Amino acid sequence: MRPHRPAGFRDVAFAVAWRSIHNFLSNPAFLLPAIVFPLFFFISFAGGLSAIGEVPGFDFPSGYTAFQFVFVLLQSAAFGGVFTGFGIARDFEIGFANRYLLAAANRNGIVAGYAIAALARALITWTVLTAIALIAGMDVGGSGVDIFGLYALAVLVNLTATMWAAGVAMRVRSIQGGPLMQFPVFLILFLAPVYVPLSLLSGWIHAVASVNPVTALLEAGRGFVSGEPTVVALAFAIGIGLPVLFALWARGGLRRAEAAG
Amino acid sequence: MSGSLRIQVGELARRSVMRTLRQPAQIVPALIFPLFLLAVNSGGLQDATNLPGFPTDSYLTFALAVPFMQGALFSVMNAGTDLATSIETGFLNRLALTPLRGGALLSGLLAGTVVLGLLQAVTYLVVGLVAGAELAAGFGGALVIVALSVTITVAFGTIGLFAALRTGSGEAVQSLFPVFFVFLFISSMALPLDLIQTQWFHDVASANPVSYLLQAFRSLLIEGWEIGDVVLGFAIALAIMALGMAAAASALRTRLVRT
Repeated sequence: MRPHRPAGFRDVAFAVAWRSIHNFLSNPAFLLPAIVFPLFFFISFAGGLSAIGEVPGFDFPSGYTAFQFVFVLLQSAAFGGVFTGFGIARDFEIGFANRYLLAAANRNGIVAGYAIAALARALITWTVLTAIALIAGMDVGGSGVDIFGLYALAVLVNLTATMWAAGVAMRVRSIQGGPLMQFPVFLILFLAPVYVPLSLLSGWIHAVASVNPVTALLEAGRGFVSGEPTVVALAFAIGIGLPVLFALWARGGLRRAEAAG
Repeated sequence: MSGSLRIQVGELARRSVMRTLRQPAQIVPALIFPLFLLAVNSGGLQDATNLPGFPTDSYLTFALAVPFMQGALFSVMNAGTDLATSIETGFLNRLALTPLRGGALLSGLLAGTVVLGLLQAVTYLVVGLVAGAELAAGFGGALVIVALSVTITVAFGTIGLFAALRTGSGEAVQSLFPVFFVFLFISSMALPLDLIQTQWFHDVASANPVSYLLQAFRSLLIEGWEIGDVVLGFAIALAIMALGMAAAASALRTRLVRT
């Protein structure tokens, strides 16, 4: 008989990820909103606002559908992370997370597992969203490398949001912390150039969007999809820096959860 | 209204109003969320006013109609969740043991929605005007806007009551929120109907009653007194209210029989 060996980082991460992904895929109440909401935003923005593409000064080469696709892609990336935070909070509420804490020798693996699950659910959403966008006639001007860059940014946004939401969830340890996870993400996303490029914004929204890190991510993503990459270095610097920062935030949350027992 | 019925409605109305006012979690998002979206959208879409045929040069004025509809959506959740909680905690079963009439119960439960609707309407209008929106119909128009907003809020609230009575679950009522958001998003929320270029979207938005509710607000804000638009808005709201109340009354009878 093999001696009992405490689960290490990788074992813990895969176990937590498998359970979260299984829950996501087997429960329509989780699966459907994750897919339907981004599609809905995409249809609403790209369909209902297509006339915005004719506003004087709007010169995005791939058209309004592609312009909005990038926003919805990054938004779904962010909310994939936030909804995973809801799952973490729920696990704490029902006591399952405490069993994770007891069983895992390396508890950082728990956070990593949730991050893998968040990425998996985002990948499912992106697949459907991309297929619908292409069917709707989205004009993609970027090369394969550009498109890889776009999805790499989306992965980084997903990771950032997951780390943020995990940090909140492990501090609050209740689904009542949901608005705290969701609202700041919603806020920072919509305080970026959502409907028109930054150059067409004016007044306070231009001032806020100019210093909002999401603006660089959006501009780089739109540059990738149109085949005219822009602010790539800044976007990836932000895209890599934010997950690192929020990983520290999530680790702090894990320590709080451990201390709370 | 007989004295007994008045007392029944009054007691339930008082309870409904107190429950609403004691729950900041119901009031604050219903006020903040629509105003936040108004601020963002009016800043981000100001250039849409440069499109030929756009009815005003202020997108804020155009967009000010939307918070009234979003506030009404919150009333679905608030009214429905409150009643669902009463069902889940057994309060409705206790009421069923009293001689309380169904109509009194439903009317009383909507009192909190009326108060919240009034608070929302005044807040949205005052904030919008302070931020620079125009009101072509003047002070009288402001009163009509508030009245229309409260009517729509109550109409949507009846749908929340129906959902709560049908399902008996607060979670199920909450899950209705995205469904109603679809009605809002696939409407003339962001652009006037005649400027929506995507044909299928234009067709759906034209058939969506929410577009005409929005137009009723916009006519007062942008054009002045376009009586036809205002009457149509009230007619749609009252029709929704009548249907919602009938459905809720039917669901209440079913639930009390089941109990």
